Amino acid sequence: MTRQDRIGAVSRRGFLEEIFTAGALIIGVTPGALLASGEASQSAWHPSVYLGLEKDGTVILVAHRSEMGTGIRSVLPVIAADEMEADWSRVKIEQAIGDEKYGSQNTDGSCSIRDFAEAMHTAGASARMVLERAAAKRWGVAAGQCKASNHFVHGPGGRKAGYGELAGDAAKLPLPKPSEVKRKAPSAYRYIGKDMPTVDVGGHVTGKAIFGYDATMPGMVYAAIERPPVMGAELESVDDSEARRVAGVSRTVKLEGLTQPYLFQALGGVAVIAGNTWAAFEGRKKLKATWKAGPHAAYDSDRYKAELLDTARKPQKVVRKAGDVDAVFAKGGKVVEASYYVPLLAHAAMEPPAAVASFENGKVVAHAPTQNPQAVQEAVSAALGIRKTDVICHVTLLGGGFGRKSKPDYVVEAARLSKAVGKPVKVVWNREDDLRFDYYHAVAGMYMKAAVGDGGQPSAWLQRSVFPSIGNMFAKDSRYGADFEMGMGWIDNPFSIANFRAENGPAECHVRIGWMRSVAHIYHAFATHSFVDELAASAGTDRVDYYLKLIGPGRVIDQDLIRQGAVHKADPRFPIDTARLRRVLEVCASRSNWANKKPGGGKGYGIVAHRSFFSYIAAMVEVEVDAAGKVKIPRVTYVIDPGRVINPDRVKAQFEGAAVFGTSVAMLGEVTAKAGVIQQKNFDTYPVARIDEAPHVVDVHILPSTAPPAGVGEPGVPPVAPAICNAIFAATGKRVRELPVRKTRLV
Amino acid sequence: MITLKVNGAERGFDGPPEMPLLWYLRDVLKLTGTKFSCGQGLCGACTVHINGVAARSCITPLKAAAGKEITTIEGLPGSGEHPLQKAWREANVPQCGYCQPGQIMQAASLLRKTPKPTGSQIDAAMRGNLCRCGTYQRIRTAIQMAAKVMA
Repeated sequence: MTRQDRIGAVSRRGFLEEIFTAGALIIGVTPGALLASGEASQSAWHPSVYLGLEKDGTVILVAHRSEMGTGIRSVLPVIAADEMEADWSRVKIEQAIGDEKYGSQNTDGSCSIRDFAEAMHTAGASARMVLERAAAKRWGVAAGQCKASNHFVHGPGGRKAGYGELAGDAAKLPLPKPSEVKRKAPSAYRYIGKDMPTVDVGGHVTGKAIFGYDATMPGMVYAAIERPPVMGAELESVDDSEARRVAGVSRTVKLEGLTQPYLFQALGGVAVIAGNTWAAFEGRKKLKATWKAGPHAAYDSDRYKAELLDTARKPQKVVRKAGDVDAVFAKGGKVVEASYYVPLLAHAAMEPPAAVASFENGKVVAHAPTQNPQAVQEAVSAALGIRKTDVICHVTLLGGGFGRKSKPDYVVEAARLSKAVGKPVKVVWNREDDLRFDYYHAVAGMYMKAAVGDGGQPSAWLQRSVFPSIGNMFAKDSRYGADFEMGMGWIDNPFSIANFRAENGPAECHVRIGWMRSVAHIYHAFATHSFVDELAASAGTDRVDYYLKLIGPGRVIDQDLIRQGAVHKADPRFPIDTARLRRVLEVCASRSNWANKKPGGGKGYGIVAHRSFFSYIAAMVEVEVDAAGKVKIPRVTYVIDPGRVINPDRVKAQFEGAAVFGTSVAMLGEVTAKAGVIQQKNFDTYPVARIDEAPHVVDVHILPSTAPPAGVGEPGVPPVAPAICNAIFAATGKRVRELPVRKTRLV
Repeated sequence: MITLKVNGAERGFDGPPEMPLLWYLRDVLKLTGTKFSCGQGLCGACTVHINGVAARSCITPLKAAAGKEITTIEGLPGSGEHPLQKAWREANVPQCGYCQPGQIMQAASLLRKTPKPTGSQIDAAMRGNLCRCGTYQRIRTAIQMAAKVMA
């Protein structure tokens, strides 16, 4: 396989030489600055975006983001290709290895377009201009007389030169200065704003696409690992005699457990090494391991839930404050209060974690489905005591990520085992491993209280959330929510309420907690928008009218005012603009014919507007609850304002998928623990939405916008669970305050 | 020695007869288009055809496949231009793509038996195939597109 043949040839300095041939025009750009031309392997630069033009006319764009299903590997390069006037059929995408030269490669936070679109524009426009200049020089005419169009430069008198024949000359010319770079007029775009297919769709439908689970290295062996059943439990004893008798099993290897803080360390355990995946799995079943009790052996998710909700009912740390809610509550009058709960959730990507790594001569080469190849370098180098630059991480396609694969513990396992056995090792997780050893989405308890004033609008609003923080992975005993978690749907609340207080309470951490698609927005949005619906119901008001009053007039919220201390750095490109939030809600109401949607006959409707990852999203959900209490979701209508859009089809796909992901969160997902042991082992006990449980139709309407591009991968998720539960309330009168819905009898 | 036909080629295997067909295809024959996800027949990612009918290769021991004709995504007629594969591309169905070979094999089996499936027949046939990215709406569309072409 060529994939394998390339491994040895990669060197740190030579990472671009591997991609581009000598004499190619190479342009490197970092966001915000055009760096230089020609000699892109100079260590002085750290461009994130690389564009190359080969002498045969092939345009090569380096994808430094991971492809987990968003289409990002295809969408970002389209920008550069369009600006360059390249023929898309002549563009080749090369996947980057992990290298800090690219800047952050962490494909999370819905940030790829947001952070790199500008650099792609700059790279493409620079290439086009330098090609025009090269042609002008060749023909002895002014550059203004030459015009690039679809892989050719045209000059006066019908002169014409292909990009390939100009590449060598162009490489010798200075690039335009940043101030000189002229972008195409949007009306001239060939690909931007169009529904371009991804470069990977061919491999996806033929089975030729190579995911992490498919990656191989010559001479590799397979490893399945028996990990501590309780977080942090130490191995007491292991009898591997039966395991070693399984045909194909060669040996077992003990892996030491982790230490605080957990970071992305391997969990430890006992690995069974075998000649194929099945033998490794079978051998592992035959291990007889016993474990010491460990520090989390008393963790019981039912008791933990009660503690979280109890903590949420008591005064806690104030994270945002305006006016005086206590004074309003003290006056008496009508008060509405409610507690909400979202359980521990697992990512459950279709591809379980897997990685192949080879340790040789103090260096590691790995092939992994990772959202963050530089985190692989850091974690593997720390585990093996080698330099970060001696870890080469090739990024395969990811069979789903959702945040799980930004944590490279499974790559660390492969590297440590390769060092132990002296061969390349492919670590294979099964579904049970995936569900029992996740970096779970945090379980959360929320308490909401409002004093209801004129017209049913809140005169005071108090909100408390309590959850184990992702911060625990990076600093031991981070008992309160981290700043970034507070900034996700909590202190950034956009409502116009004179007396407002947000609080956050402490929680212990008994499992690994991590980012999952839309992160803290999931539970914060669930509590916030369920509570809005409760208030509107209490006031007997139309939900859309109520929301619009609550959001208040269109305005830009001063984020410094809502910040208490150093919470969530505000990005000046992305203000909290309530006019945009109002607009998505208003358009969603009209597009979904909200005014005429009257619940009855088992049907109900819920509508939610939420801003996340700088995008403004409204979602209207229709539900049908039958006589047995079974819920169907005939339709979800999204109206979204995510700023400028590069590929509308892929944006719509992200929202179609988010509606399904959100449905799984709302209706089905729950991870539980008894005596510290996670109880879910497969899709029978951790169900995710199937084709007949998912929303039948997801209609996505993108509002035209000239605002900077914001996130699209995650923002579709937060509104779904509250909108479903609000619709269920409309249909049945039953208020579901605890997820998943399947645990509540609806009729 | 177990003998079987895989994508038209005669094969023999003298390893453990209990080994699931999935791992024989993936680790021995290097046909990695057939995916592992749940290992218990709960998600459909490993779907192949056994004598023309969709089956979960992760719970099919090789001895149960002996003497049978196995078709994987790599052996789907049309060399990548099967009407379902074309429709899948046309509708831009895949997101991460991992479950899609299994989805397509399941859909091919459905269309063989039911050339013009209704929406609920599609849901009934496809409900065993999970897609965590949530491409179901487009899967339904693509199956209907392919059905039209094949009819």
